[in-house]
Amino acid sequence: MPKTIVQEFTKGLWEELPPFRLVLGLCPVLGVTTSMENGLGMGIATTFVLFGSNFLVSMLRSIIPQKVRIACFIIIIAAFVTIVELLMQAYAYPLYLKLGVFIPLIVVNCIVLGRAEAFAYKNKVSYSIADGLGIGIGFTLSLGALGAVRELIGNGSVTVWGDVSYNLLTAFPSYQPFSFMVQAPGAFICLGLMLCVINAVGD
Amino acid sequence: MGYFELIIACIFVNNILLAQFLGNCPFLGTSKKMETAVGMAMAVIFVLVMAGTITWVIYTFVLVKFGLVYLRTIAFIVVIASLVQFVEMFLKKSIPALYAGLGIFLPLITTNCAVMGVCVLNIDKEFTFLQALVASFFYAVGFGLALILFAGLRERILLARVPKPLQDTSIALITAGMISLAFFAFQGMV
Repeated sequence: MPKTIVQEFTKGLWEELPPFRLVLGLCPVLGVTTSMENGLGMGIATTFVLFGSNFLVSMLRSIIPQKVRIACFIIIIAAFVTIVELLMQAYAYPLYLKLGVFIPLIVVNCIVLGRAEAFAYKNKVSYSIADGLGIGIGFTLSLGALGAVRELIGNGSVTVWGDVSYNLLTAFPSYQPFSFMVQAPGAFICLGLMLCVINAVGD
Repeated sequence: MGYFELIIACIFVNNILLAQFLGNCPFLGTSKKMETAVGMAMAVIFVLVMAGTITWVIYTFVLVKFGLVYLRTIAFIVVIASLVQFVEMFLKKSIPALYAGLGIFLPLITTNCAVMGVCVLNIDKEFTFLQALVASFFYAVGFGLALILFAGLRERILLARVPKPLQDTSIALITAGMISLAFFAFQGMV
């Protein structure tokens, strides 16, 4: 049964939730989620690239020759990543500095290339946009959630855009921040445990 | 920074996989068997040294010279993709034994963030040509070391009885966290 546009959109939010269901694109997931803010920022940047590349690949799918399609996809994706890089340098410079090398690395994020190859190259423009946005928003939410968990346990507080914040220390004054969680090994272990929870819930 | 410190920093302190989180897809994807892990490690060392130096030359002598620095991302990915293609064709023709050994891992390297990441890091850290060459090689050695260590552990995990929700990727990530913890001890050495 062919899926509706709404179904193509919502599958990215649970059924094919990027870092957990399709275990792809793990580098930014592990690298930038030291805080919720970084995670959301990275997610939004990736969503923009996914939306743009899915849209353009789908529109050009009858022109792009089968044999050199991967090269064409990569050029399209790289163009959108450059747009994001320049936009972030202009309007979100502190975030750009924090995410650092991970912004140019959206080019080699398997999720973006994977959606272009597996979905946008075979489907209509409207469906591809829905797919790109759905996967992108699912990715953003996952990064935000992982960032929030790591920041809460590691720092004892969560800060978003500098003002909205939740402080665990006001509720539990004796809590000692577990700084292991915001450092490198914590990223792997936290993602592994979240994957385990999602597997358990999904079954 | 002297070359000795640079080498230690690249292999252990800033290990590309475990401290900088670059190249995690092949890390999880090719570590189920020792054989594939060794193949991937060799392919990465081979390509990374070439990509790291060639992108450095292109960045310094083409992009900076003509004021095209904003095209860095596109230029690098095109260089890496065509380099991988070229290396594949060259090896197939002239060194078939090596080609058979690296096999399917060569094309996969195009989308390995470690390769692109090291090329970008070489530029961001403002390395000289020789530093970029040394850093590229030893980052790749660090990648191989972590990958082979991890593959060894993962072969053992296959024999263990793991609770169902933790199976496969989940336990692999937690194991990677443990190795990362071990590498974490090198922090502050340089």
